[in-house]
Amino acid sequence: MDLSYSAEDIAFRDEVRRFLRDKLPPELAQKVRSHTLLSKDNFERWHAILNERGWLAGNWPKAFGGAEWNAVQRHIFEEECALADAPRIIPFGLHMLGPVLMKFGTKAQQDHYLPRILDGTDWWCQGYSEPEAGSDLASLRTTAVRDGDHYVVNGQKTWTTLGQYANKIFCLVRTDSNVKPQAGISFLLIDMDTPGVEIRPIVLIDGTHEVNEVFLTDVRVPVENLVGEENQGWTIAKYLLTHERTNIAGVGFATAGLAALKRIARAERAGGRPLAENPHFAARIARVEMDLMAMATTNLRVIAAAAAGAAPGVESSMLKIKGTQIRQAINDLTRRAVGPWAMAFPSEAVEGTNLSHPGPDYAGPAAPVYLNYRKISIYGGSNEIQRGIIAKTMLGL
Amino acid sequence: MDFSLTEERRMLADSLRGTLKRGADWSQLAELGVLGALFTEDEGGFGGGGFDIAVVFEELGRAGSTAPILDAGLAGGLLADCCETALVERVIDGTTRPAFAHDEPGNRYDATVRSRASGDTINGAKSMVVSAEVANLLVVSAQDQDGLSLFAVEPGAKGVSLRTVPALSGGQVSEITFDNAPARRIGPSTGAARLIEYRLAAATLALCADALGTMETVKEMTLDYLRTRKQFGRPIGSFQALQHRMADLVIEIEQARSAVINLAGHLGAQPEQRALHVSATKNIVGRTAHLVAEESIQLHGGIAMTESYALGPLARRLIAVDHRFGDEDWHMERFIALRTAS
Repeated sequence: MDLSYSAEDIAFRDEVRRFLRDKLPPELAQKVRSHTLLSKDNFERWHAILNERGWLAGNWPKAFGGAEWNAVQRHIFEEECALADAPRIIPFGLHMLGPVLMKFGTKAQQDHYLPRILDGTDWWCQGYSEPEAGSDLASLRTTAVRDGDHYVVNGQKTWTTLGQYANKIFCLVRTDSNVKPQAGISFLLIDMDTPGVEIRPIVLIDGTHEVNEVFLTDVRVPVENLVGEENQGWTIAKYLLTHERTNIAGVGFATAGLAALKRIARAERAGGRPLAENPHFAARIARVEMDLMAMATTNLRVIAAAAAGAAPGVESSMLKIKGTQIRQAINDLTRRAVGPWAMAFPSEAVEGTNLSHPGPDYAGPAAPVYLNYRKISIYGGSNEIQRGIIAKTMLGL
Repeated sequence: MDFSLTEERRMLADSLRGTLKRGADWSQLAELGVLGALFTEDEGGFGGGGFDIAVVFEELGRAGSTAPILDAGLAGGLLADCCETALVERVIDGTTRPAFAHDEPGNRYDATVRSRASGDTINGAKSMVVSAEVANLLVVSAQDQDGLSLFAVEPGAKGVSLRTVPALSGGQVSEITFDNAPARRIGPSTGAARLIEYRLAAATLALCADALGTMETVKEMTLDYLRTRKQFGRPIGSFQALQHRMADLVIEIEQARSAVINLAGHLGAQPEQRALHVSATKNIVGRTAHLVAEESIQLHGGIAMTESYALGPLARRLIAVDHRFGDEDWHMERFIALRTAS
């Protein structure tokens, strides 16, 4: 048993740290630190900086322009980026569609789309969930009917994250209604500017506009935009999910969040002393810190197994549950830490104005971020779905 | 032993529920006697007891009302303590809408008053004053030659400035500064702290009852969703994992109801006994409101994350409970201190 990184891994980590110190624009890090929603330009700028270094697609093979990192290197990179408050990499093209095209796409699709993901020509979004197909994704109803050289698509997608920035959407569509639900689904690439595609914002309870509804009405999609075989979509979707679940534990985000929480607890005063010295609050912080220390090792155990060639499996369900619990606990404590300042909620959801928070700089985001992060135990397969997977797949119940 | 409401209180609750459902404005609420129910007969009202307060605020919470009744009752109660009979009459009929400016910036949940008054003017800063923006009278705590005292201040007067933003609970919250603002000293020369203690206890009861009503609505919404939302070909409420969580929620809400009853029944007790119940109830209701907000969102799923669905404002209202009049930890420490002292 050896809990430490190899000398090679440490050298890599130092290289990542140097890069972040030299190349991460401070104004972007400041926006991330203050929980300001980044603009499309902000994300694209960071993508371009990473791409220039060859680090945008850490998980892609070198043949496709990736860095071909192993699981440990990917973890180190993600953790260091989170600790440095770097913008997140938008996963839809890089972590989801890219690997799908490499595995299921035609040579023509790979040659066309993969470079455009790297150079930022295309911003992809994900058309999976529907109003009636959430946890039960396979019951999706958006149809694609073959008409000559086109599919004609009708239906509605929802929870389309940052769809307002996207020019392309990959969709799961129903191409056969006469078989069991999973067997009649196909994977289709759609231009957002095709006639009949309409996007509408969904405002969340913290007032942010991150997600959208996408309405598809008689949208004509060329048949060459089908990925894989017709009705192979469920297999592709499951393959994609295994990639979506990299960095699922969010150890880096939690570590950065814990550090921010401690800064707030030192700045806030309770009963004439820093809140951080209040025994009850200190105990609350200590508990989540201890949990995080253990989860970081659980995460590394899974990563080490993956680096040794094990297929990602049910462990990702455990990491998703524990990871979201810890991140939500940190956000909950951050909200508690700001005390009465959380009463002020100058949110666009409530007022439609742009009022600033009257408290200290750290106080404004505490309640909205707490509210926003209730989503993480719901999306990407709710924690109840994950528990079901553990019970069925791992425990055989 | 009798845990049923008196006939009068039940009638008030029923008519209040009906009126709020139809969407009542301020004058309709005043006409209905909502404000009168918060004052004793001696003060010009027809209630003023713990259970009067609990009944009114449970209905306001159930309806998600943002009418500033709690603040008018809190500030109006202090006006009554200060024998401002004419003003109290106007509070009860709805023409005067007061708010109490007491907490100060950076104090967290400890109310150390640093604002100062001398002669007819007041200087200082007040923080997170709920409903000040819609108030036409401020009751302000400040130090003067007699120690902690109470003052009446016109919010529109020169030297008073408000910075107002929406509140997490719904409604609005203001930072207020007083810069040589005109102020009228009210009440006796000593004992303001004691008056404030009682009125804050009553306001804490009001907030807890409001939370209880909100939790009842959230429970109904969540149950309704569990019964109607279908995934995997069946209502999601048929899954045992969700059934058990919903059952746990109901147990905790009943605990919170008992805690509210405990405080309502001890509002008129001796100060230490009252304080013990304030802290026990606020701690339990704070915890439960937090649990109900989080679990109702999770049991719903993504729909509950959207502003267009009605749960969001109610969940925020429940989360806000713990940020006013002392949070869970503050009340736990106070409870321990009181228990250790007795």
